[in-house]
Amino acid sequence: MRDPSPWVILIPLTSAGFALLLGHRSIARFGVVAAAFTTIASAFLVVDVWRHGTRRYPVGGWDAPLGIELVVDGLAALMIAMTAVVGLLISIYSFRYFSDPPDLTRLRESADVRPSIGEPWGQSRAFWPLWLFLWASINIVFLSGDMFNIYVGLEIMGVSAVALVTLSRGAVATLSATKYLIAAVIGSMLYLMGVAILYASFSTLDLQELSVRIEPGNPATVALVLMSAGLLLKTALFPLHFWLPAAHSAAPAPVSAILSALVIKASFYLFLRLWMDVFMQTTTRSGAVFVGLLATAAIIWGSLQAIRQIRLKPLIAYSTVAQVGYLFLLIPLAVPIATDSWNVSATEGGVYHAISHALAKAAMFLAAGAVMQALGGTDEIGEMAGLAARLPISAFAIGLAGVSLMGLPPSGGYVAKWLMMNAAFDTAQPWWAIIIVVGGGLTAIYMFKFIGLAFRKPVEGSSFLPSSAWLEGPAFILAVLSILVGLRATPIVELLSK
Amino acid sequence: MTQFEIYSVASVSLFGLGLFGLIALPNILRKILSFNVLGVGIFLFLVATAQRDDPTQPDPVPQAMVLTGIVVAVSVTAFALALLQRLHGETGMTMLDDEKAESDQ
Repeated sequence: MRDPSPWVILIPLTSAGFALLLGHRSIARFGVVAAAFTTIASAFLVVDVWRHGTRRYPVGGWDAPLGIELVVDGLAALMIAMTAVVGLLISIYSFRYFSDPPDLTRLRESADVRPSIGEPWGQSRAFWPLWLFLWASINIVFLSGDMFNIYVGLEIMGVSAVALVTLSRGAVATLSATKYLIAAVIGSMLYLMGVAILYASFSTLDLQELSVRIEPGNPATVALVLMSAGLLLKTALFPLHFWLPAAHSAAPAPVSAILSALVIKASFYLFLRLWMDVFMQTTTRSGAVFVGLLATAAIIWGSLQAIRQIRLKPLIAYSTVAQVGYLFLLIPLAVPIATDSWNVSATEGGVYHAISHALAKAAMFLAAGAVMQALGGTDEIGEMAGLAARLPISAFAIGLAGVSLMGLPPSGGYVAKWLMMNAAFDTAQPWWAIIIVVGGGLTAIYMFKFIGLAFRKPVEGSSFLPSSAWLEGPAFILAVLSILVGLRATPIVELLSK
Repeated sequence: MTQFEIYSVASVSLFGLGLFGLIALPNILRKILSFNVLGVGIFLFLVATAQRDDPTQPDPVPQAMVLTGIVVAVSVTAFALALLQRLHGETGMTMLDDEKAESDQ
């Protein structure tokens, strides 16, 4: 592989098409192999960027401005790496999750357990093509240097993500998916209108060319507002989060993990890219502070809602609403106050948070899926007393991931919050640091609500089915990674500067 | 008013109408139609942009975007209709503010 950048898109894309032809038995094996190859290509790409810095790949040999370029800088490489690690572990988990129906009948009869969501067993023929398409589209959004190409990536991402939610059978999942689709479509249409206005005014679609040609003024401002609104809706920043808790909790566990860990990161990445590169001259302090206020509301509202939940998956989903707030806190911290340049420490903190949240949240949703299967399909937290004794690996995975979300040292979440607080004091805006600390406290409340119960004695007559290492293993590895990523911060921050 | 301005005003009106419908109308089928109106607004704007400078030699880039955009819009519409059909089959709902399915849970 002389230049690995096209392969991280081509491998999942072609495998997705090929997977449509496969039968029920072979498709899961094929899917995991395709995921492994995508991960290998991603690793080559990251090493390449690490050694040689920013990479440009003209698709089909046509240079910009005529052709479409794939551009990989440190930020894009980090996002590709994050997607590869999380994606591979979710793929291993899904190998069993979608093919083997657990033996629930015995438990159902004895304990009268009602499943909280529909059952995804036997859906592997639908899951693997959609997941591979989704992976390809996420990588398109990260790598493409062309505004319109990114729009196509966003649409593939939206449609395959919504289709994945419908793998949970039942009315609740279909209704959540419908709402999700409407939100996704409004988001991408706002983005497309922004692209059209930019092309009409500056005659280019190339991100780099555009950041040179763009001039502050009405067209740039209108495009910035439309595109930002669309991407905020897709990333589910308060108050545009209304679709997220339903969709993320109704989806099958591996899909919830994909949506919360990766899909919202792609639209967040694009938002960051636009504000940092293209619209650098167009953005204003007041706009950045406005985003910061929404982020603050998201942290507080999402955490309070998470505390109120009585089911585990909605709790984790509301936690995502709150954590999205942290991602966007980087905007008021990074957008220069006077004539200074974009604050690097804030960007590092935000990106670090994106990565550690992806690992921790994927771990939580995967572990929650394992717990739900062991409980016969319910995710009511009240049923989970004694979890730590019966499913210690899953309980420990959720606990470890919680440590990272709370931002306790030495986790990845701690490094992210530390970098962001540094930026808050550097730029003399200490009030954002207060919000970071308060949010951490609220996270601790909803995490301990679960952990406290899990470590209690099991209720008389409660029965847990044994779980499988195929399900608990990937969740546990992700949780451990969300801590480890805090111990080796230097290479990640260094890669970001490439 | 130049030709480009007339087209721009028309396309922004379609965009606004479509966006309003997509957000405010509770009927899901109407939302899907609104999405198409919205899309047409954007496509009209792009086609007008292509012809703005020299109508005899239109810029091919926006036209290529419109072609791709139409493909995307058709696929999304088909998917949305399939989803609506399934929703109707499972719950009998055609409106989004009909909260029957949620209270069933």
